Amino acid sequence: MNMQSKWTQIAILVALIVILPVFFPSGYYYRVGALIFVNALSVVGLVILIGFAGQISLGHAGFAGIGAFSCALLPVHFGLHPAIAVLVGALLSALIAGMIGRPILRLQGYYLAVATLGFGVLMSMVLTNERELTGGPDGMRVADLGLREVLRDMGLKLSGGEFWYAMCGLVLVIGVWVALNLYNSPTGRAMRALHGSEVAARTVGIDVASKKLQAFVISAIYASVAGSLLALQNGFITPDVAGFMHSIEMVTMTVLGGVGSILGAILGAAILTLLPQVLTVFAEYEQLVLGAVMILVMIFLPRGLLPSIAAKLRGRGE
Amino acid sequence: MSLLQVQGLGISFGGIRAVHDVSFNVKAGEIVSVIGPNGAGKTTLFNMISSIYRPDSGTVHLEGKDITATEPHRLARLGMSRTFQNLQIFQEMTVLENAIAGYHMQESGPLWQDLFALPGSRRRAAKAREGAYELLARVGLKNAAEQEAGNLSYGALKRLEIARALATEPKVLLLDEPAAGCNAVETEEIDELIAETAKTGIAILLVEHDMKMVMRISNHIVVLDHGEKIAEGDPATVSQNPDVIAAYLGTGEEEASHADG
Repeated sequence: MNMQSKWTQIAILVALIVILPVFFPSGYYYRVGALIFVNALSVVGLVILIGFAGQISLGHAGFAGIGAFSCALLPVHFGLHPAIAVLVGALLSALIAGMIGRPILRLQGYYLAVATLGFGVLMSMVLTNERELTGGPDGMRVADLGLREVLRDMGLKLSGGEFWYAMCGLVLVIGVWVALNLYNSPTGRAMRALHGSEVAARTVGIDVASKKLQAFVISAIYASVAGSLLALQNGFITPDVAGFMHSIEMVTMTVLGGVGSILGAILGAAILTLLPQVLTVFAEYEQLVLGAVMILVMIFLPRGLLPSIAAKLRGRGE
Repeated sequence: MSLLQVQGLGISFGGIRAVHDVSFNVKAGEIVSVIGPNGAGKTTLFNMISSIYRPDSGTVHLEGKDITATEPHRLARLGMSRTFQNLQIFQEMTVLENAIAGYHMQESGPLWQDLFALPGSRRRAAKAREGAYELLARVGLKNAAEQEAGNLSYGALKRLEIARALATEPKVLLLDEPAAGCNAVETEEIDELIAETAKTGIAILLVEHDMKMVMRISNHIVVLDHGEKIAEGDPATVSQNPDVIAAYLGTGEEEASHADG
């Protein structure tokens, strides 16, 4: 319903990305903004998996890990340009998602959650234990993308924060555009149909298993690219990017904003990225406050922030 | 030749024979109804024909081709579609989207075209949308096209489900209690829709409790009791059959509470 106006949504997003820096009190906020966009990108991928196709994954940080460490490792060991490494990482994630997705997506509900969780834990353990390669828990340096220098030579001087803000913003807009295209396309409709009723989807000829797999692979690519961008902008990466907490964080952002709504999901990503920054005043109670916020939202706005608020505004209540 | 041939179909659940050795045929343009008391195995029979259950014995042929236990989504491709006793609607999609989903086989194409909204993808989607609008007009739901399907009345949803099944352009259509829970007006609308559909040459297999409707629109009736076929024939013959009357009204020791129509 709130997806029909594709270009309106993209316009709102672009406007926000362009206008927000006016209100930044310091250059530091470009960093925060870029982090929001990166998180939002993985979350948009999860909207496709959870919101469109109705499948759950508690292991998507595993794909973020693949994307991040592709960017860290491939330039060092194979001399690939970091930009190519992003693409190779995405391809690798897609391949792995395709392979594990086939057996895993036969499972439903809790079983699917546990199976994907297992994948995430596995990835995280591999990255942590292969010290020789990944530096283990200490992490490793990531080569620079080099694009900022190219732009500087062309006369466009950007600070690191500004550059990554613009870069991640751009990739997010592209990601949102693709997701909105998918939503209203035959494939997206088939995904949403099987979400509504798998038996009925089959009666109209929808190959349920293959559509679920497509959603899983696409969302893995989103997570992978987000992981790559995170690694590149920080210039450093640790296996935490593939960790269980990161997977949970992604799903939480998706659910908080509203699984069926792309802009909602971005709002969820923004809130959960900003909240810890604001909550530093609560020091050790930060996690507690975060948890309480989540519980309250789920009790009072069960469809997620944006869809619930939109429904209230339309006067239908929740 | 018959479009749909059901031959000796049977299934047991945990040693209990739910359906046993049921055979019948459905020709193009014919409406065949399966009737019987509650628990006679009508829906189970449907679920075997439409491959939701795998039968223990027997075969189903569509246009002479063995389709027994073919994956359900392939059945749609071969020309069989169905509706469900307890509505299976895509609740969170609009009425129009539900109908468009029925055109899935026609509108689906390469994924990459869909991801980047390339002309190919948009052309396919536009064509399906056009067909869906026509179909909604035919079942009287055109004005509700943009509504979320979950907001429709029960009778309207029943018609939407039939529309979605028709969108697949089936040769055989299985309707599981299309009028259940509908009021008299809604039942009549569905009744007409089924008769019209049969006129276009689609073979219709119907499970229905509304005996008046069954007697009015069926060409042929198959009667099940305790999972076995006890009679078949045209409505007049079947309604005179003593076994059928016994099954419905009970014969002393059996429960006498099954009278439906």
